[in-house]
This record gives sequence, C-alpha cells and structure tokens, in this order.
Amino acid sequence: MSQTGFGNISVMTRSLAWVIICFLVLPITVVFAVSVTDKHYLSLPSEGVSFQYYTNLLTSREWLGSIGQSFIIACVSTLIAGAAGTLCAIGCWRLSNRASEAIRLLMLVPIMVPTIVYALGVYQFWIDLRLLDTYTGVIIAHAVTGVPYVVITVSTALAGFDQRLEQASLNLGANMEQTLRLVIIPNIMPGIASGLIFAFIHSWDELVIALFVAGRGVFTLPRRMWDGINEHLDPTMAAVAAVLILLTVGLLFIDIYIRSRKTA
Amino acid sequence: MTALVETARLPFARRLRSHPATRYWLMTAPAVLLMLVFYVYPIGRVLWMSITIPEPGLDNYTLLATSASIQKMLWTTARISILTTLVTLVLAYIVSYALVHATPHVQRWMFLGVVIPLWISVLVRAFSWFILLRREGLINTALLTAGIIDTPLSLMWNEVGVMIGMVHFMLPFGILPIYANMRDIDRRCIAAARGLGARPFEAFWRIFFPLSLPGVVGASILVFIFSLGFFVTPALLGGGKTLMVAEYIKVQILEVVRWGVGTMLATMLLVVIGVLLAVVSRVVNLRKLFGAG
Repeated sequence: MSQTGFGNISVMTRSLAWVIICFLVLPITVVFAVSVTDKHYLSLPSEGVSFQYYTNLLTSREWLGSIGQSFIIACVSTLIAGAAGTLCAIGCWRLSNRASEAIRLLMLVPIMVPTIVYALGVYQFWIDLRLLDTYTGVIIAHAVTGVPYVVITVSTALAGFDQRLEQASLNLGANMEQTLRLVIIPNIMPGIASGLIFAFIHSWDELVIALFVAGRGVFTLPRRMWDGINEHLDPTMAAVAAVLILLTVGLLFIDIYIRSRKTA
Repeated sequence: MTALVETARLPFARRLRSHPATRYWLMTAPAVLLMLVFYVYPIGRVLWMSITIPEPGLDNYTLLATSASIQKMLWTTARISILTTLVTLVLAYIVSYALVHATPHVQRWMFLGVVIPLWISVLVRAFSWFILLRREGLINTALLTAGIIDTPLSLMWNEVGVMIGMVHFMLPFGILPIYANMRDIDRRCIAAARGLGARPFEAFWRIFFPLSLPGVVGASILVFIFSLGFFVTPALLGGGKTLMVAEYIKVQILEVVRWGVGTMLATMLLVVIGVLLAVVSRVVNLRKLFGAG
C-alpha cells in the first residue's frame, strides 16, 4: 500500500486523529502505573514504586487457580474450534454453492447475536445436561462461540490460495487426506494460526457465558476479575490487568509476524 | 452402465466417501453439528421459554407495553446505543481519513494504535476507565489537586461514564470498516474534481464523502448492534444505576429469577438485531463486514 494520500490533509485533521488514537491507547496504560502503587487502594504510587501486588498475584492461590483454569479451558476450546472451523472453511471453499454460503453465514451468527442471549440458552441447556460449573460445559460454550473467528481467518486465507495446487496434488495421485495434510493446510497455515490466536483470546477473555455457566468449581480468570472489580477493589487486579495487556500485545505481535512472513 | 451398477453395489458408507462433494460436506459437518446442537438449539429454547414461562401465552410481551421500568430501561439502552454510535462514527471517520492519507510508515503506527486496544480484554479496558473515572479516581484527584474543581465530578455510574467506556470499546469496530472502504476509493475522482475547479472542501463533500458512505453504513450497523447487547462496560461503569438491556436480563435470570421476562427481552434483542441486519444486508455485504471486524 504505497498510497501517499489523496492530496494534503489539514494539520488539524491529522492532530485530531492522533488525539483520538491517544484516547484509545493511553487510558489503558493507567493500569501499569496503578499496579505498582505502594498504597492499599487503587491509586498512583506516591512514596515509591512497589511490586507487592505482583508478589500477591504470584502467591495467591485464587488468582493462580483461575489463571490455570482459564488456560486449560482456552486451550481445549481453541483446539475444538480450530479443528471444526478449519475443516468447515475448507469444505465451504471447495463447495462454493448456495448451501455453503448459508453455512458460512451460520458460522458468523455467534458474532452477531449478543452473548447474553446465548448465555441464557446455554445456561438452561446445561442445567438439563448437568454441565453447569464443569470444565466440559465452559469448554463447549467457548468452542462454539470461537468457531467464527477460525472460519473467518481461514476463509480469508483460502481466498488467496491457488486452487490449481489442489488439482495438481490430486492429479499426481495424492488422495484427499494427503492433499489436505500436505498441500492445503501448510499453505493456509498463517490463517489457521491467526484463527487459533483469536479463538484463544476469545475464550481467555470471555465473561458473560462464564457468569452463567461457571460457578464455585470452575472460576475462570475473567470471572475472578469481575468479582475483583465489583467487590474487592484490590490493586492486585491492576497487576493482573497489566500482565494480561502484556500477554495480549505479545500474542498480537506474533500474529502480525506470522502474517508478514506470509506476504514476504 | 456397468460402472453405475458397480457404484450402486458399493456399501453406502464407501459410496459416501468416494463422492468428492460428499467429502466436502462431511468436512463441514463437525462445525455445523456443533453449531446446531450447542448454539442454535439453546437459542431456540430462549425463544420458546419467552412464550411458555411462567405460562403459555404472550404475557411476557405485554410487559413491554405495561411495565414502566422495562420501558425506561429500553429507552436508556436505545439512547445510549444511538449516541455511542454517532460519537463513534464521527471519531472513526476522522481517524480513517487520516489513516488513508498517511504515509505507509505513519499508517503502520496509527494502525497499531487502533488494533492493540481491539484485542485487549474488555474487562481490562473497562477497569482502566474505572480507575480513571471513579469519584476518588485519577481524573478527579488530579483536577482537585490542581484546584480546577472543588467537588469531585460524577463521571461514573451514570450515562456519561457508560458512554465514554463504550465509545472507547467501539472505536476500532468503527474505524476498520470505514478505513477498508476509504482505502478502495479511487483517488483520481478527487483529483478530477479538483482539476475541474472544486475547492478542497467541495471535492471532499461532494465526491469523497458520498463514496465513503458504504463504509459508514457498515460501521454504524456493527457498532450499533454491538452496543445494544453490550454487557461488560455498561455494567461496570453504570454501576447498576444506568441499566442497559443486557445487564437487566442478567439480573432477571441470576438474581430475581424471572425467566419469562429475561427470555422475552433476549428475544426482543434478537429480533431487533435480526431485522437491522436483514435490512442492511441489502446494502452491505455482511460477511465482509464481520470478516473485517
């Protein structure tokens, strides 16, 4: 994209745009400052910088337990969403008829429907299946709502994939499974990887479903953060937020790196 | 002919696997089944419960006409969502406009500033605003120490706080579709307008702006439907005082346990969003829109 513009734009528009971007980014950085406070409540450090809340975080059984649970749930649900979503995207791409268009639209539904609506339904369903407050219950709900991210990124990757490669592979005697494993999947790997990252972040951050179907036994990280903000106002929450930001930004840079390698 | 007979003799399962199209259908099967059983069916139950609990009939829906508290809450939801959408669109338009006019190097930095917040946990973002906007928060403390105000401003637990947090959350969803559309506008149109004597503003207003409208429509629908059903930020920054529909539903189910009312409101939310999407899908490619978001 070497567009150097449609002409000149005024300094005012450009500065306004930067102000808005600062509005987007700067408020988030406040948690870093608060996380090193030396006081006992949410505030900026006054006498000096203290890492007590990071120590708190690393020694708290509750926080570490929730982090562990969220990590397991996010990993398993990402694997399910990744496998189902990738296969579905490839199937739809090869079929490319009206029905497959409908399937692709169906796969987008969880993004369009507010999570609160789904949370009610899955809460009822899990009562019947006795899946409330179980890993399985949270994992399935997160996997289903994570599928769209995989379908979107893999479909985008497939749109740029040369179908003749697949034909060539089949003509040279490879069967469907081999073609899939050796030709198609390696070629769309960056798309799959992005999809997995997004599905992971989706599950890792998901609060609304967790509020309904998780409980005492399975207490995910967002659920604990929710309680932390609403009830305790403990600055440990700021340390958690700071760590989360760093992790997310890290994942995002990995994603950008994977994509840039693809275009290079 | 013999080949046909041969094929017919193959066991059903093998015939299934040997037909190429069938294989592709089978590939979509796990996701489709997952979606139908664990997504569509539970949603169906929500719709069903809204007309059967506590007893069959449309009693829950008559509350829309009779309950003052529900009407007030729906009105609050609509007002906040519309205002959030309008503010987000204006800000998103400015950023997108600057983005398409920036040099690639600057563009990369600006883009990072848009995408990073998008992927940071919504809870973390609401929490940052919580720290800033509280009565004892950083903004009030700073203003008090500087002597600009005498009493703390109430920036949170009201609509102002909810809207600040929501606009912050929605901005990337506004910027991405508008930017994607602006990027595809043919620059020669503007050059032609200028060459034919249009002043810069005229060229923008009569050529560039109309061409950028599809992106604006896409962004507005995305931001508006996300706003309508938004839970986390309104709940945290509204503090139970500014109630929007998602939090109201949660209270109905988890606290006062009135499934009928909760599922009725959820159904209404679904219907409103469905109608909006159906209308807009005539103008905007939904798959592209959600793919970009």
